[in-house]
Amino acid sequence: MDALPYTTEVRPDTGLTNPKLGIWLFLASEVMLFGSLFSAYALLRTGAPFWPDQSATLSVPLATLNTVILISSSVTMVMAWAGAASGKLSRYRLFMGLTLLGGALFLVVKAIEYSEKFSHGLYPSTNNFLALYFTLTGLHAIHVIAGMVVNAYLLGPGTRMWTRDHLRFTNRVEIAGIYWHFVDVVWIFLFPVLYLL
Amino acid sequence: MSAPVPTTHAINVRPYLIVFGTLLTLTLVTVAVASLNLSESTTVLVAVSIATIKASLVAVFFMHLRGEKPMVFWPLGLTAVLFAALFAFLLWTEGDHLFGTKFSDAFGSAPKAAPVEGGH
Repeated sequence: MDALPYTTEVRPDTGLTNPKLGIWLFLASEVMLFGSLFSAYALLRTGAPFWPDQSATLSVPLATLNTVILISSSVTMVMAWAGAASGKLSRYRLFMGLTLLGGALFLVVKAIEYSEKFSHGLYPSTNNFLALYFTLTGLHAIHVIAGMVVNAYLLGPGTRMWTRDHLRFTNRVEIAGIYWHFVDVVWIFLFPVLYLL
Repeated sequence: MSAPVPTTHAINVRPYLIVFGTLLTLTLVTVAVASLNLSESTTVLVAVSIATIKASLVAVFFMHLRGEKPMVFWPLGLTAVLFAALFAFLLWTEGDHLFGTKFSDAFGSAPKAAPVEGGH
């Protein structure tokens, strides 16, 4: 038996490969992590006598741009997986590269946003809303960076597995993709909650 | 050991592109609705509903939940219950004043027209 069993063949008792079940269990814990912060936001906002006008405090155009970037990187990620699954290495490399580019662009826009806030004297210590804004978007940005590290590995040294064990490589791309799409899902909720309401 | 699985197979990417277009459209709809200055409760309802639809599309198509094995849905179902419990607690404690937020500037200064709250 391999050191890591059931990486490509389905485990009979779960009906899944171990990495597939593992990533979903991990994401379940991530839902609760972000869920606790979302509920803290709702509790503090509903309990506050006054709350900052969010759409006037933050940049809606920049956040909309970031939403488009992250959604685009999600579709390039699934296209990268499709390229890997169909055995087209150049297609896989193109779309995985575009996914990495999307993640980098997202972080650049986020850095511009942060620097704008700091230049106007708006810090996490300014009020509860900004404390939650920086905590939620900062935690999300860390998740984007983590996803980019995994994707960069799969685009670089990780592709050695392409010829050695192609099915396992494709599964790795799918698992990394599931994580990347989760990061997109979190932003899909952060965008209206922090910028539009 | 199960039967050998073919290592490559053709993938139909058309559904992914359709979902992509739908997600972009729903993003623009969210921004447009938020700019209409509807009541706070209506804006929250519409924005969260659209976000839920978008997240579901990503989960079902991009994350391949469509046609996934039942074992995946057990931990997700438990997570959904616990997530709902977080917000049920919120409704229990704050349910009588969920909406009607009085807005201030970024530094928390109260609007001039707003009544001044008394001390508790």
